Amino acid sequence: MNFILELVVSIFLLIGGGFILVGSIGLMRLPDFMMRLHAPTKATTLGMGGLLIASMILFTLREPGHISVHELLITIFLFITAPVSAHMMAKTALHQKLKMISRTRGQELIDPASQQLAPKQSLEQGNDGVSVKS
Amino acid sequence: MLSFTVIVVSIMVVVALILNLWRLFAGPDLADRLLALDTMYINSIALIILLGIWLGSTLYFEAALLIAMLGFVSTAALCKYLLRGDIIE
Repeated sequence: MNFILELVVSIFLLIGGGFILVGSIGLMRLPDFMMRLHAPTKATTLGMGGLLIASMILFTLREPGHISVHELLITIFLFITAPVSAHMMAKTALHQKLKMISRTRGQELIDPASQQLAPKQSLEQGNDGVSVKS
Repeated sequence: MLSFTVIVVSIMVVVALILNLWRLFAGPDLADRLLALDTMYINSIALIILLGIWLGSTLYFEAALLIAMLGFVSTAALCKYLLRGDIIE
């Protein structure tokens, strides 16, 4: 029983650490801010979920009759705040008009975003010459 | 086996922190540095949780929760400052 518990906890720990490492490698290697935003906000949050599941299993099964819920609090808080901060950083990047490589899509939306316009409103004004079926 | 795995995962998280530090110093723009700081506080929460597993104590999760809250507030405040030029208008 003890060996199986340690095996399960170790597997979750390795999954979590692997996703955290992949997120930071993506943060270092990817060429563009909008691409770099994907790696930490998705992979690192998933890795934290793996670590917290491992900790929850360990501390719940180590003491019988006692459920450990601190980790659930941290997990819920991180899973709520990570998309919010990612959205705010994407808005910051659009506002500051960072240089992007040519393959990145949606670059015609940078100007309306920095003027605080909705995308459809700016398309009706014809700022960018992209026709979109409404 | 669990202590060995905790050491291996701690080394992985420390390597991730070093990569974040490289992006923090070499980032071409302010938004990249902000993203690196955001990732660094999440990785530091991971290190604190690994310390709690290593020591077998649930006392460290309150510290992790505090770091999570302060990190989110500081990221939001820095984003607001870069977006509007002011934090509280």
